[in-house]
Amino acid sequence: MRARRRLLLAALAPGAALAVWLALLAAVLLLLPGQDGGGGGAALAAVLASHGAAIFALWALGAAVFGWLARQAALRYLLAPAQLAEGAALLAEDAGAPLLPEPGHDPADALARAVNRLAMDARATHAEKERMVAEASRKVAQERDQLGALMAELQQSVVVCNLEGRILLYNARARALFHRLTAAPNGSGAAGGAELIGLGRPIHAVLDPALIDHALEGVRHRIARDEGAVSARFVMTAPAGHLLQVILAPVPSHDGTAALGGYVLLLDDITQDHATQSRRDRRLIELTEASRRSLASIRAALEMLDYPDLDQSERDGFHAVLRDEVNAMSARLSALTEDASQDLLSRWPLQDMPGGDLLGAAARQIAADTGQEVEILGADPASPDPLWLSVDSFSLVQALAFLAGRLGPGATPGLRLAQAGNWAHLDLCWPTASGIAAPAGWQAEGVPLGGSASTVTLREIAERHGGELWLEHDRAAGLSCFRFLLPLAVETGGEQVLPPRPEYYDFDLFAPGQPGHALDDRPLDGLTLTVFDTETTGLDPTGGDEIIQIGAVRILNGRLIQGEVFDQLVDPGRAIPEASIPFHGIRPEMVRGQPRIGQVLPAFHAFAQDSVLVGHNVAFDMRFLQMKQADTGLRFDQPVLDTLLLASVAQPRQQSYALEEIAARLGVPVTARHSAAGDALTTARLLLKLIPLLRQQGIVTLAEAREAAEKSYYARLKY
Amino acid sequence: MTARVLIADDEPNIVLSLQFMLKREGYEVLVARDGTEALETIRREMPRLVLLDGMMPGLSGFEVCEAVRADPALEGVRILMLTAKGRETDIARGTGAGVDDYVTKPFSTRELMARIRGMLA
Repeated sequence: MRARRRLLLAALAPGAALAVWLALLAAVLLLLPGQDGGGGGAALAAVLASHGAAIFALWALGAAVFGWLARQAALRYLLAPAQLAEGAALLAEDAGAPLLPEPGHDPADALARAVNRLAMDARATHAEKERMVAEASRKVAQERDQLGALMAELQQSVVVCNLEGRILLYNARARALFHRLTAAPNGSGAAGGAELIGLGRPIHAVLDPALIDHALEGVRHRIARDEGAVSARFVMTAPAGHLLQVILAPVPSHDGTAALGGYVLLLDDITQDHATQSRRDRRLIELTEASRRSLASIRAALEMLDYPDLDQSERDGFHAVLRDEVNAMSARLSALTEDASQDLLSRWPLQDMPGGDLLGAAARQIAADTGQEVEILGADPASPDPLWLSVDSFSLVQALAFLAGRLGPGATPGLRLAQAGNWAHLDLCWPTASGIAAPAGWQAEGVPLGGSASTVTLREIAERHGGELWLEHDRAAGLSCFRFLLPLAVETGGEQVLPPRPEYYDFDLFAPGQPGHALDDRPLDGLTLTVFDTETTGLDPTGGDEIIQIGAVRILNGRLIQGEVFDQLVDPGRAIPEASIPFHGIRPEMVRGQPRIGQVLPAFHAFAQDSVLVGHNVAFDMRFLQMKQADTGLRFDQPVLDTLLLASVAQPRQQSYALEEIAARLGVPVTARHSAAGDALTTARLLLKLIPLLRQQGIVTLAEAREAAEKSYYARLKY
Repeated sequence: MTARVLIADDEPNIVLSLQFMLKREGYEVLVARDGTEALETIRREMPRLVLLDGMMPGLSGFEVCEAVRADPALEGVRILMLTAKGRETDIARGTGAGVDDYVTKPFSTRELMARIRGMLA
């Protein structure tokens, strides 16, 4: 609009200027005296009369010509640069904006071309930057994944903490270790230690903070003195009486200063090793002392027998002493050998595996090495109760393949496995009738392990297992065998099978926490949330209904943590009404032998500590928790959010706010409906969908969410 | 006059030989089967020498030794400790507790006899 007016002004200006000039000329004519002594007016009138039409025509022509010229000039030199400036400003903001159109005349065209070239350069730079960021992100993600995979496979328990002692990363071993720590007799064992380890949780629940501070202090000193090895090593007793060997290694802070950003803990449960070691030492001392005593009696008795004038009864007495002590020594030695061979097993790292798997692997290796088919004579792999062996399977398979190769092609080798007391016989057999003999000195022959140059003798392989190796002839079966005596796997209660790769890290936690920062002011996606659900025998906690299951998952900084699930059945100490079973699917026999609520609630309380509680129609669950407050002394006084209320705020015009209805509307998959852990998971996913919807309404922080929920229509209804 | 010697050991097999030998050497021999009995016998019989086993049920030989040395009435009692504990720390403990001599099991009876004679001379 303004541009058009300017153009109009520019076009009219020359005409106006010409008119003014003519008017001035007329004024001069009027003022000058005429030649004939008449007034200037007469002269002017005469001119106008004779040339008036011509003058007007000339003015009109001039106005039109100069007006057009002025308009063109204005287009070029005023309007085009202004338009270019606007376009350039846009491009400066966003290199992706449309390039400048060339007005079709210089110098504006040149200017537009120059600006466009700059914009193209900026675009290229921007694209390159984007590409580099994407590449770097991909690399970081890849490294994280590799680190995660590596950590998951580590045999040692690894936990990384920030300086506040909050866990940023842990591996499956650490999780298993922490599970064992609670599974000990004086732990409640509820929920398998899920309350002890988790991203963002304090390590202090397991490790004494004073010990960690002490170790960190030492590390800082060593860093300050610029010593090479700065990690600290200490042994400590965990809450459940386990003996842990801990190595603490510092993690430098992000800012490149000498300050620490956190630390890595390598944990080893040495309870077993320590017990074995102590037992071994004690046994050795006992044996030495008992032998000294026996030898003293034997020697003294022998020296008494040297007296020439002993009577028969004295002589018999000393002989009895000799017999007695020699027998005692023999008994002690055989008891010791029996025990010690169990302890020797710990010297080489052995794995537990089903015997059938070992035979299968050996058969395949033999077939690959020698081209011979192998007959499996014992240990049906499909048998319901397979023998579990504790073996170094790699060296054993190589040893069997090596022995099969030494037998030559004369007979089909067979493999068999049988239990013999606490041990297993693993035989590589061949028909005695084939006449094949074992090569002399076969036990001392070296077995090449894989393609490597290193060899281990057959005897050493047997010794790795604390076992034995010999040649046996089974005349009944007509077989000759190389027999390995191998240890059976000892039941250790079994480590829980864990999901393959849960999320075990959140490096964002390295950033220092905001201790003074009230929860209320934190955004919903910057909180630690415990999303939970309970299943109960009925709807009336005051009328004697009880909790029979608690399930919970965690959300940390807007991320649902996979693999940190609290899922625990509870023995309600009362009958489960038949009518309620369709709602929760928990039958009376399922809660038999489960812990009581008095044991489970402390574990859940620990699981939910320092977090905001979230539930769907959570007031119901909270009433059940509060009913137990008097008995357990546990208060759940943290802030609480209700996804039902939040959903009614986010989507106010809906018919139903039942969990599965909202889930369907928001496209959330429903897992194991009406199991506590399944519902908790669905609720958590729901909440993650609700957070952005609430943000659109300006509801960002915890306080805002609670306020909005309180005002919602549903909050005014009584449950 | 015959010196009175107490053998304090819970193992009858070694007591049998020591008792036989000491009697043959002409000593009056007393026997105690544990630490408490040993201490009572020492207080009652005032033996010149105690052959004291380090490890006995009830009071250990070391504790008996401590009790004897703590009692001024028992000043003349010599103690020879016979023990299967042969580590340096054990010997240090015995010496600290006030034994006069320390013999580790097993031992030569001839050498033991020589030491006993020396102590009673």
